Amino acid sequence: MGPFVAELAQVEVEYGAGNRVLGPVDLALAPGQITALVGPSGCGKSTALRLLAGLEPPARGEVRRTTGKGETSVVFQAPTLAPWLSAQDNVALPLELSGQPRASARDRAKAALARVGLSASAEARPAQLSGGMAMRVSLARALVTEPRLLLLDEPFAALDEITRRVLADDVLRLWAESRPAIIFVTHNVEEAVYMASRVVVLSRGPGQIAGELTVPGPAPRPEGFRTTEAFRATVEAVSRVLAKGMETTP
Amino acid sequence: MSRLVDALAPLALIFALLAGWEIACRVLDVPAYFLPTPSAVITSLWTDAPTLLISAGNTLAMALAALILASLAAQLLALLVALSPILERAVKPLAVVLQVTPVVAIAPLVVIWAGIDHPERAIIALAAVVAFFPIFSGAVTGLKAADPDLERLFDLYGAGRLKRLLRLRLPSAVPFLLEGHKVAAGLALIGAVVAEFVAGSGGAQGLAWRILEAGNRLQTARMFAALVVLGLMGAVLYAGLARLERSGLRWWRGR
Repeated sequence: MGPFVAELAQVEVEYGAGNRVLGPVDLALAPGQITALVGPSGCGKSTALRLLAGLEPPARGEVRRTTGKGETSVVFQAPTLAPWLSAQDNVALPLELSGQPRASARDRAKAALARVGLSASAEARPAQLSGGMAMRVSLARALVTEPRLLLLDEPFAALDEITRRVLADDVLRLWAESRPAIIFVTHNVEEAVYMASRVVVLSRGPGQIAGELTVPGPAPRPEGFRTTEAFRATVEAVSRVLAKGMETTP
Repeated sequence: MSRLVDALAPLALIFALLAGWEIACRVLDVPAYFLPTPSAVITSLWTDAPTLLISAGNTLAMALAALILASLAAQLLALLVALSPILERAVKPLAVVLQVTPVVAIAPLVVIWAGIDHPERAIIALAAVVAFFPIFSGAVTGLKAADPDLERLFDLYGAGRLKRLLRLRLPSAVPFLLEGHKVAAGLALIGAVVAEFVAGSGGAQGLAWRILEAGNRLQTARMFAALVVLGLMGAVLYAGLARLERSGLRWWRGR
């Protein structure tokens, strides 16, 4: 086992011959670390995530993972819940698909819903939940398998600012309980700096790593972290790298 | 108050049109075999009610039998097609050819195959052909309509083909199946009536046969009466299925 949970080594992705959308990219995710991946639209952030999850093969290079089956979870931009299942059954789904008996899957789903503060909505259908609540169910579904690697693909993009902030704190609180490695795709620089201890900036497509910054400060974030000098300075630094990455046209 | 007006407005229009029709027929002295008065149609509806209702029952029974047949065949085939991409490519052109061929054109053949003594079989088969496509194409579309991100989650959790079909694709197809059945039911009724005309036999004793029979005897009021029953039956069937679709969707989505 290497010192990483998942790693991209000289990875390139093409959609159609010669149409490179990502790479070459080297990126290793350390256990227990939260990494934010920021970059302009179409730079291949989500593609990088799907590579790390093993949902897509690279055209060139290698994807290495030390996680076993069922140890990787993904949260997408939309809650992606099955409308015909209750919140609890949605959360139990990954366990049931990997062959767990229904009764124990339900018990664990119930516990996972409690962790995101949705015990009261266990029997509700997705259509009856608000956007923020549905996203929490999605988060509970990702956590129910106790993953070692959690991939978040712009999970708060469709939510309002207040709900975003509350959910960001929820994710950090939940992360602190079991410390999975998290990679978090966003195009919101402040959110990236707030959530992650490491920010990786991708340049405009075909995405390559334009820079990498370490975010100082404790995790989970203390009250008022957004107003600290360290936070502001890092946001500025990331924004500068991002702006430079936007200039390089392929 | 405005809801009352909304409900009464179409009734008032129908009443006004009927009144105009009645007056025009009487004033212009239109012969009854050419255009009967609404009052004559209503009289015919009343006196012929027993025959008309039995005939309506026959047509409806044939349409429903066709719908059930079409539903079973279409869903079974859609399932096979969903499981095998090769089969889908093989079936598609044939399905399109069959779909664009007018049912009237194949009716004489089906009548021969069903046997001249069994017009009801031919009618059910023809109506089933018409009802088949909305259900089939709805099912094929629906089985592919699962959220792609949910498909990715199923990949991630290593779900096999059967689990994916049962736990993701079939449930995702439900709204498409409901819609397909609603459209198919209306088509089955139309198909049954058209097939009855083409079969042209009294053996099946449906509403279309009543229209033909009355037409041959120039009993125009009776033709209109049968048409009224047919129209009402279609409207009731459609309303019933639309309701079924709504409650089906409510059950699927939980609200």
